[in-house]
Amino acid sequence: MATIKVKRPKLSVGEKVYFGSIFKGMIVTLRHAFKSIAGRSRGADELNSSGLGITMQYPEQKWDDELPEYYRGTPALVTDELDRERCVSCQLCEFICPPKAIKITPGEIPSNDEWAKVEKRPQEFDIDMIRCIYCGMCEEVCPEQAIYLRPDYIVTGTSRKEMVHGKHRLYEIGGKRIGLVNKWNELK
Amino acid sequence: MEITLLIAAAIKIGVFLGVTLTLVSVCVIFERRFSAIIQDRVGPNRTMIPLSILGFKKDLALPIGGLTQPMADGLKFILKEDFTPSYVRKAFFWLAPCMTMVPALITMAVVPFGSPIEFGDLVIPMAVADLNVGPLFIFAIASLSVYGITLAGWSSNSKYPFFGGVRSCAQMISYEIALGLSIIPVLMMFGTLNLGHIVEYQANNGWLLLPFWGEGLTAERWWMLIPLVISFFIFTTSIFAETNRTPFDLPECETELVGGYHTEYSSMKFALFFLGEYAAMIIGSALIVTLFLGGWSIGFGIDGLLPTGVWWVSLLHIGCFLTKVTVFILFFILVRWTVPRFRYDQLMNLGWIVFFEAALINVFIAALILAVPHVGYLAFGVCLTILLLITGVLFAIAKSAIHTPKEGSI
Repeated sequence: MATIKVKRPKLSVGEKVYFGSIFKGMIVTLRHAFKSIAGRSRGADELNSSGLGITMQYPEQKWDDELPEYYRGTPALVTDELDRERCVSCQLCEFICPPKAIKITPGEIPSNDEWAKVEKRPQEFDIDMIRCIYCGMCEEVCPEQAIYLRPDYIVTGTSRKEMVHGKHRLYEIGGKRIGLVNKWNELK
Repeated sequence: MEITLLIAAAIKIGVFLGVTLTLVSVCVIFERRFSAIIQDRVGPNRTMIPLSILGFKKDLALPIGGLTQPMADGLKFILKEDFTPSYVRKAFFWLAPCMTMVPALITMAVVPFGSPIEFGDLVIPMAVADLNVGPLFIFAIASLSVYGITLAGWSSNSKYPFFGGVRSCAQMISYEIALGLSIIPVLMMFGTLNLGHIVEYQANNGWLLLPFWGEGLTAERWWMLIPLVISFFIFTTSIFAETNRTPFDLPECETELVGGYHTEYSSMKFALFFLGEYAAMIIGSALIVTLFLGGWSIGFGIDGLLPTGVWWVSLLHIGCFLTKVTVFILFFILVRWTVPRFRYDQLMNLGWIVFFEAALINVFIAALILAVPHVGYLAFGVCLTILLLITGVLFAIAKSAIHTPKEGSI
């Protein structure tokens, strides 16, 4: 490669004195300051600004409407259209989970139950949200399409215990999902 | 009578120290909010008073836009672990933060905050010490703070703090010269070194940079504006360099030196550096305001209409002074978030080749203008010619001394 000689730009006297440039710079920064106080910063409207700069202030303002469809938030369990727990306690998600956040205690379904044919459902299903890395591998590995990453992302708690989502909470987040797995109902 | 003076002095020390320290924390919050709005951000605006840790139901959110943030900052500094690395020189490591903070606070003693109050037959000046060597005292004490930074750099026993300390030492010594020389025209004009008298003169006869009333309307004062404006520029810039503020914050530039001289410091020891730096900035603005912008005077001849020695007038003047200082601090902050950092050789060039020479010539310009009424125009012309010649020679020398990189060398 040929060597390219870059010429240094010749500075005029005004540029060498430097005060003019500083003054210009200050006008630029001051203009930004005034505009951001007035809520007229460039891009403030598109970014849904709170009226100070271009920042959206979080707990009061949220970006939920703009979340993409594929957003991966908290993992949650779902029930099918007949309110059956989809999870069959195969524990594949527990084994695949990279940070070992999932803990399942399998339980038998009693023979007099409507869904006795399924044989198993989780007795306990805990996801430690401190450990969860939102990778989505549980969703990918699940043969029953029972666990999904939901668009919820606000997971807060004041103790470690509160940060562990139990079975009840997981179903609450997940809700009902009408889907592809029909092998346990009459449709099949 | 002496007891009264003593009590007054004690009150003044308490109040002015309190005001300065409060101003430091106000400075910090100003810095954070102002830099935020310059960069189209919000800044810390929702610090609450954490009543919930005391057992109350909810935290208390005061509607003052994050002004409680400095309290939280201070509390954090106090409660943090004070970690001293095992390899430091303990004694100096502990001494250094004090050496930075104490000089900055001591210099506050000579700054007149307001007009004197008459108390019985006593006249109490609104400065802790009404010295007749004000600016000299400030320079003498303020230059001590370089020891703090250098000691911090050296005693940390680690390379980046050491670089920071050395840089700071060289920088402060260089700019001290320009600083001292640049106010000589000012002192020549006033003929006094007492900051209280200087301000009083400005209150009656026009601020140095705004001579619009009293004796300020004479032709001599307007001619004096030429050297005074140069003085103002050099002095302000040198104060920036002295207080290690951007664009001259090479002793602590993060990209090169991690944190600079305070890299190894944590907790309250770091906070003392922080405090010292901001206190120095406040003193710097106070000095600029006192010397060039009329100190506590309200200006435009209003001071002459007010009664002298009454307490409410003095309070008004204190308020005026603090407002001016705050405005100047905002200017400091604006500059910090506008101007990029200098390269070290540019810094040294500016200090030794530009400002030193400019300040030196400036002294003679001021002397010539002051001498005109006494020596007549012929002598003035001759002197001016000689001065111009010397300036030309100095300019040529300075130009050859500034190292400019050759074409293609970088």
